[in-house]
Amino acid sequence: MSEAKTLLSVSDLKIHFPIYKGILRRKVGDVKAVDGVSFDIHEGETLGLVGESGCGKSTTGRAVLRLYEATAGKVEFDDTDISILSPEELRATRPRMQMIFQDPQACLNPRMTVGGIVSEPLIEHTKLDAKQREDKVQELLKAVGMNPSFINRYPHEFSGGQRQRIGIARALALDPDFIVCDEPIAALDVSIQAQVVNLLEDLQNERGLTYLFISHDLSMIRHIADRVAVMYLGKLMELADVKTLFSSPAHPYTQALLSAVPVADPKIEANRKRTLLSGDIPSPANPPIGCVFCTRCPAAQKKCFTVPPEWRELKPDQFVACHFAE
Amino acid sequence: MQGNKTKQTQETLPSQRSATAVAPVLCVKDLQTVFHTQDGTVHAVNNVSFSLQPGELLGVVGESGSGKSVTVMSLLKLLPIPPAEIVSGTVEFGGQDLLKLPPKELRELRGGDIGFIFQDPMTSLNPVFTVGFQIVEPLRLHMGMTKKQARVRAAELLDLVGIPSAKERLKDYPHQFSGGMRQRVMIAIALACDPKLLIADEATTALDVTVQAQIIELIKELREKLGMAIIWITHDLGVVAGIADHVAVMYGGQIVEYADVNSLYANPSHPYTQALLETLPSHDEGENKRLLSIPGQAPNLNKYPASCSFAPRCRYRFERCDKENPLLRKISKTQRSACWLEKGKK
Repeated sequence: MSEAKTLLSVSDLKIHFPIYKGILRRKVGDVKAVDGVSFDIHEGETLGLVGESGCGKSTTGRAVLRLYEATAGKVEFDDTDISILSPEELRATRPRMQMIFQDPQACLNPRMTVGGIVSEPLIEHTKLDAKQREDKVQELLKAVGMNPSFINRYPHEFSGGQRQRIGIARALALDPDFIVCDEPIAALDVSIQAQVVNLLEDLQNERGLTYLFISHDLSMIRHIADRVAVMYLGKLMELADVKTLFSSPAHPYTQALLSAVPVADPKIEANRKRTLLSGDIPSPANPPIGCVFCTRCPAAQKKCFTVPPEWRELKPDQFVACHFAE
Repeated sequence: MQGNKTKQTQETLPSQRSATAVAPVLCVKDLQTVFHTQDGTVHAVNNVSFSLQPGELLGVVGESGSGKSVTVMSLLKLLPIPPAEIVSGTVEFGGQDLLKLPPKELRELRGGDIGFIFQDPMTSLNPVFTVGFQIVEPLRLHMGMTKKQARVRAAELLDLVGIPSAKERLKDYPHQFSGGMRQRVMIAIALACDPKLLIADEATTALDVTVQAQIIELIKELREKLGMAIIWITHDLGVVAGIADHVAVMYGGQIVEYADVNSLYANPSHPYTQALLETLPSHDEGENKRLLSIPGQAPNLNKYPASCSFAPRCRYRFERCDKENPLLRKISKTQRSACWLEKGKK
């Protein structure tokens, strides 16, 4: 993996949303949704991004496509910094990076037919005529395992899994290199989740796609990702390849997160020792001063409450943000 | 509207057989619930039977639309009637049939002897009343406490579910609590009147894994302390593995497998249970095996099932599956399955 070319490089990305208060709507602070995140994604790999709700994983996913303007930091896609591109230049890059959304119900326009939805990017970005577009749409529907004759149906006629397939077909329309999958399976039933994950894997193998796979489902991340980044309160806690992360997690948060995942085996469950975290995730508008995890960390020491830990390479290809991880 | 109203009786369930000594807390028989909609009748729950011993935790798993929530809502008639209609069945609780109780008596049971925890703690708490008021309300109604007594008890309850500085927090409104804390408040309300039965409908689904782990530990603890029977509804097979004694797997409005938790996971007997467990990514090694998936879609419930509702997606389907609807039958000492396959044949 390490020899592969870096497709996307994020360095010190910050996204702060201002908070306005009072009659004069004065700015009183920031919600630090993403606060200094750096990672690389290599060509053809899947980087899993996990974390609990509100930790900034979706914001990160959107920011790497510049759907949010970054407060600070750089996002380099194929060696061009997309955060300083002009609108026209950005539009020209867009076909190469696409997104699959969480809620297949909400991301498809209920008044458009499947054909209309999937061909919209083709109208925007290519010079294909109507006939060519229809051929392309049918080809795409076949590629995601749907009957091409459904082209004139509306989204409400489909089930959740099929709608997600339509969303995937739309993302594939322009032959992208990079796709951000923002919780693509969270809204689906277990038996349908596997279908969609298999489809995503097949498409990756066929087309050499690179994924940023955002999810809170650790067992699915373990299955699909090559490397995994763990996020907490706007910061990365740990980044490592999937085997290392699941077998020897270095950060206390990763350890707690892994131990909290229920396993579908009563024998394992009966003998498990859980590292229970106390309390809840603090507000990102007012994060702790030192390490963001210090308020819930079972191993926190004095230093953790005052000095934010550095993002350091613990072992080759295992990065961690903790003073005491070893 | 039910053209096919053959009365189907089922064998008694394993927990009933062993229950010669202790009477079950709850005994549901042949429950059938339908919804009359503009597009026809939806058969949401068909011939569901189960029973619960005191102190037992029954996990009910199934995908969305499998009828798990409607089943427990039917027990207490928490459904909008109409469009819903409880066509048949009996729900025995404390020596009376809940389905025949007049509304007033039923209301006394709800929140009294039977506690309910709902999925979304934000929408099930009233945003315009303080948390304290909402815990005190059932205490005064059901237990006849005075305001003062009830407030003391409310603080105890909040303390019991692990909310720090409980007394001060009684004055807070739901929005001042985080998701996990709100769920704890819901649990406190459900536990307020020492229920004999607690029904938790997807109680941890809306929560993060680390908070979910906290709530599950809390439920385990409370169960030991208070000894009530619990029905735990979830779609997460992992959660059930950790806490349940028995598991009922639902599909298409029916219980397709009912078993003791260890045998269910070690040796699933119904093809649907087998497939469901296979779709989970393996947890021991990070091998990149291909995930097994269940082809096809969840069944349409607009007809009373005349055949096995899982048959179109089943890999062992044979003639009989399309002709008759299998009922739960005994597979082994600890397992019951609704499948025409001979036992052991896979």
